[in-house]
Amino acid sequence: MPAGKESEMRKIKPLPAKALKTPAGKTATTVILTLVSATLSTAAMAVQRFPKPEFESAYTQPQTLVPLPRGEFLAWMDVFVLVVSLSIVTWLVLKKRSRLLVFAMSVFSLAYFGFYREGCVCSIGAIQNVSLALFDNTFALPLSVLLFFILPLVYTAFFGRTFCAAVCPFGALQDLFAFKPQALGSRLNTVLGILPYCYLGLAVLFAATGTDFIICRYDPFVGIFRFNASFGMFIFGGILLLSGVFIARPYCRFLCPYGVLLNWTSRFSRRHITITPKECIQCRLCEHSCPYDAIEIPVTSKSPESRPAMVKKMMLLTILVPFMVLISGYAGSRMQDTLAGADSRVKLAKEVMALSVMQDAGNSIQDDSFEIKAYKTSGKTESQVYSEASAVLKKFYIGGWLFGGFIGLAIALMIGGRMIPVYRTDYVTNKGRCFSCLRCVDYCPVKS
Amino acid sequence: MPNRREFLNTLMRGGILAALGLISGSVILRSRDKNACSGGFACSSCGKSQSCSLPAALAARQMVWQLDPSKCIQCGRCATNCVMTPSAVKCTHAYAMCGYCDLCGGYLKPGTKTLDTAAEHQLCPTNALKRKFIEDPFFEYTVEEELCIGCGKCVKGCSAFGNGSLQLQVRHDRCKNCNECSIARNCPSQAFTRVPANKPSLLKSFGKEPLEDAGRKGVRNA
Repeated sequence: MPAGKESEMRKIKPLPAKALKTPAGKTATTVILTLVSATLSTAAMAVQRFPKPEFESAYTQPQTLVPLPRGEFLAWMDVFVLVVSLSIVTWLVLKKRSRLLVFAMSVFSLAYFGFYREGCVCSIGAIQNVSLALFDNTFALPLSVLLFFILPLVYTAFFGRTFCAAVCPFGALQDLFAFKPQALGSRLNTVLGILPYCYLGLAVLFAATGTDFIICRYDPFVGIFRFNASFGMFIFGGILLLSGVFIARPYCRFLCPYGVLLNWTSRFSRRHITITPKECIQCRLCEHSCPYDAIEIPVTSKSPESRPAMVKKMMLLTILVPFMVLISGYAGSRMQDTLAGADSRVKLAKEVMALSVMQDAGNSIQDDSFEIKAYKTSGKTESQVYSEASAVLKKFYIGGWLFGGFIGLAIALMIGGRMIPVYRTDYVTNKGRCFSCLRCVDYCPVKS
Repeated sequence: MPNRREFLNTLMRGGILAALGLISGSVILRSRDKNACSGGFACSSCGKSQSCSLPAALAARQMVWQLDPSKCIQCGRCATNCVMTPSAVKCTHAYAMCGYCDLCGGYLKPGTKTLDTAAEHQLCPTNALKRKFIEDPFFEYTVEEELCIGCGKCVKGCSAFGNGSLQLQVRHDRCKNCNECSIARNCPSQAFTRVPANKPSLLKSFGKEPLEDAGRKGVRNA
């Protein structure tokens, strides 16, 4: 081999030994675990069966080329676009009060975050990354993803859900389809409004246990943004978009898990959009303008309930809330096995157990599944697989209690919210449910 | 003088913002250890997290999916489970490890009598693996990326009978870097992991450590 070629080949060189491992563990146990995993990982190491040839001709060995991923600065550009578009939309909503310009911004967001960035990264999915990072020390969360999670919430805390108005590509896409919105009535709205709480609870539970990212897995629109949806997801997304003609923004209102967080943050927002810039003249023009049933009509009947009746309701609620939380939490903890069944570690343990039962019975297995083949080559012992699975099950027991308790709390608060009488003289937006789309503002004859 | 409702609103808003701050702080501090310095988890210079400054730690935070060939069992799911068609996973040839064999376990079907390029002798279903005579008795094998579907049949043959120089890798120019990789979810051996974007390949070597990629396509040579 010519001498000049040697230096070129050296470019493919092994990294130093400690490079593979994460920085040194703090406790003795982590060190031992690292050693164990180091010895295990060598099991599947490449074997040099044939020596490197000594070429006599002037053959130049080609370099192994690896394409680089998308540049890191582009992730920061996404964050930059997010901040800028959040700021512009907030300004349009609160200062300009222009529906047309908000619509224009939503088309831009759909184009950039939707079709150009293909729906990834998004604030909705970032819930899972943040949950996993909170519970799993080995998971490194990119800062840009954290910002995608935090920034819309911070903006919402001050200015209401301007993120939903025209920054979120999901909302922007569904907003285009809201041609003939029908009012669903407050009962249906409240009951269906429980769904996002369940979705959020499940998503956090599965993410925190490291099982699955269900928000991304069952994302109805990302396949549309990428023009490569699987059949099931295409049908799901299609149904959502078509039903969105009559039920405006069905995903945002009755599924979106991030919407739960935005809803509660928006209720305490500092400056939220108001239908009228000055005083309401009770013209009733805005009454049916909201496609999302987020306008509260005046409740003028001034017949306050008697004090004993209110006290009774209050007492009922103070009993109901903890009762619901406990019952529902218990139900959640009983679902431990079902929920944990989605975890690959638990699935593997079940397969390994079935295999060992078969072997004990003297039956020979014709063809191992890929999971069993991988388990056999990994060098893991049976008890290791079981202890991993039981650790996951334990997590799902605690997680099941928390998940159930959370759903119970959401339902109890829903009931409580309907029990408390409200008095209003003007048409106002429901700060939690309002997407700040400004349709009502267009209808209001009072201009500043 | 704010009324009671306004005061409670402010209080709740403060609580929410404080909670968000707490979450961010905790997540940043937890992730810092592993991604300290610019080298991500493959950083070899320090190994300690204490000495790393926060700005440096935050610089190397982008993560991409990669397949660890030392865990891969070539089940073939990479070809079918990716959201991309054809898959973003393709075969990469680590030439430095190749034995340039005439009887190539990655190229030829087992039991083939004549060692030639006849279609019926090839393992690759799409004719993506090219065989070229170099000098007696050595042959060079090249993966034609456009044709490769990432089924891993050649990888299986090469690992079983050869040096293991053919390895499956996620091609980052094709990978959408989905938040939930659908191959990772279905990988039977948990070979898919998130790796720092500045060390995006995990080619295995004859030692315990991964091969450092020699060149990065279209960008620079390391």
